[in-house]
Amino acid sequence: MTTWYKGGGVLAALTWLALTSCNSNQTAISRDGVAASDILDLIWTFLAVCAGVWVLVVIVMAVGTWRRRPVQERSPDPLASNPADGMAMRIVVGAVAITAIILVALTVLSYFTGRSIATFAERPAVEIRVTGHQWWWEVTYDDPKPNRQVTTANEIHVPVGEPVKLELEAEDVIHSLWIPNLAGKKDLIPGRQNDLDLVVRRPGIYRAQCAEFCGLQHAHMALTVIAEPRPAYEAWQNAQIANAVGPSNDAARAGKEVFKNKGCVMCHAVRGTSAGARLAPDLTHVASRRSIAADTLPMTRGALAAWIADPQAIKPGAKMPRISLTADQLENVVAYVEGLK
Amino acid sequence: MSRAFLVVSLLTLALPACEREKRDFRPSRASTGETEVVALSSLSPGETPPVATSSPKAKDYENNAYHLSEGKRLFQWFNCSGCHANGGGGSGPALMDDKWLYGGRIENVVSTIREGRPNGMPSFRGKIPDDQIWEIAAYVRSLSGNVPTDAAPSRNDDMNGHPAENRLPPEPPITGGGTP
Repeated sequence: MTTWYKGGGVLAALTWLALTSCNSNQTAISRDGVAASDILDLIWTFLAVCAGVWVLVVIVMAVGTWRRRPVQERSPDPLASNPADGMAMRIVVGAVAITAIILVALTVLSYFTGRSIATFAERPAVEIRVTGHQWWWEVTYDDPKPNRQVTTANEIHVPVGEPVKLELEAEDVIHSLWIPNLAGKKDLIPGRQNDLDLVVRRPGIYRAQCAEFCGLQHAHMALTVIAEPRPAYEAWQNAQIANAVGPSNDAARAGKEVFKNKGCVMCHAVRGTSAGARLAPDLTHVASRRSIAADTLPMTRGALAAWIADPQAIKPGAKMPRISLTADQLENVVAYVEGLK
Repeated sequence: MSRAFLVVSLLTLALPACEREKRDFRPSRASTGETEVVALSSLSPGETPPVATSSPKAKDYENNAYHLSEGKRLFQWFNCSGCHANGGGGSGPALMDDKWLYGGRIENVVSTIREGRPNGMPSFRGKIPDDQIWEIAAYVRSLSGNVPTDAAPSRNDDMNGHPAENRLPPEPPITGGGTP
């Protein structure tokens, strides 16, 4: 195997890595959010300036290496000044001055970008409390009217073009919320509240991920952000505020009894029924979400059945224990949960 | 001398092959049922002999490190802490002291969880599979240091109100006491 061939292999492998950026719902090179866009401008500026400086330095080095130092006649007086030295000194001083100016300019640019990211959503239209749990996200929509506060899980809906404030908290260990399309990372720390401001520019579905190792199922702790126009957002919010719909067929009716009489009711809440526990995700409208188990599985009948039958086989260590159900009970409870639109 | 040392060292390496305990990672459906009945009281009327209150399952669970650590997880997952507050006691009695209102043997604790007790302890029959009740009961005994320290669970991921179970001082059970 020749060397150029090996080099080609490495290059091909690296090019493959670039394909990962083709997925547009989770990419840091994006202008979907105002903060992400500002950060992208900043990083492109840094990249351009640093690339320019690097090219200049390489050119100067190449010229210096290429050009032979002129052979000088040895001066009889070792203390006599060489006119070429003065020229070199001016070049060095000039280069240091330009470097200092560039560094200060980049620092100032970075400072102002950071300040604008920290302050662009001072009067938020929507305030959302996001609480990190091992290994799921609790999402509570605050509202001045208490009867319009609503709790959901693993999915955030936001109106497009309006400032949104996320209040980040954690229940057990440190987590970190990263929605690369919209903003930078911010930690969720037990016992304190961090704020993350968002303005989403384009309607869409964005994937977020826990970005701080938080235990066994850290990799399966994802979140979906759905940005939609104001009317669609309000329709969604009104639907979430409503109580759960009752079971619509016999299987679902039987499933509701299983839900209430087995372990489910001990941790999950379904508003409008006697299930009111707050230890696990609120299931009032679970079937309206796109995924289950913190974006681990799609919201389908099969995935629900697999998850309820043995959560530990899908997410080992996840804090949902295996409950012994007969085949009929499992089928019925899946029918019930599937109807919680 | 050094040769003997080498042989002994190599033989020591063989020790990990010994089975420390039997670990039932995926219990069969049969063991998750709730068929077994353990009497709540050793008293019986008339001249019949006292009803046995022991179960053959006890020795599988009591000092088994795997079951103890599973029990610790289940204790949180089923929200026992909601009333017993990590063993310190809240609206339910403390579990880390030496007082056992209904006996300190694992069978007593299993009955307490499965059937409930007066004044607030609900019955979890049908809600928690039986093998998991045994695991929780084994863990409850470790909260007062009544299991070997090499089998008791170690510290949590997050902050906890008391030292890890394998560092708790032993509190030998004193049966009895008034109900709260």
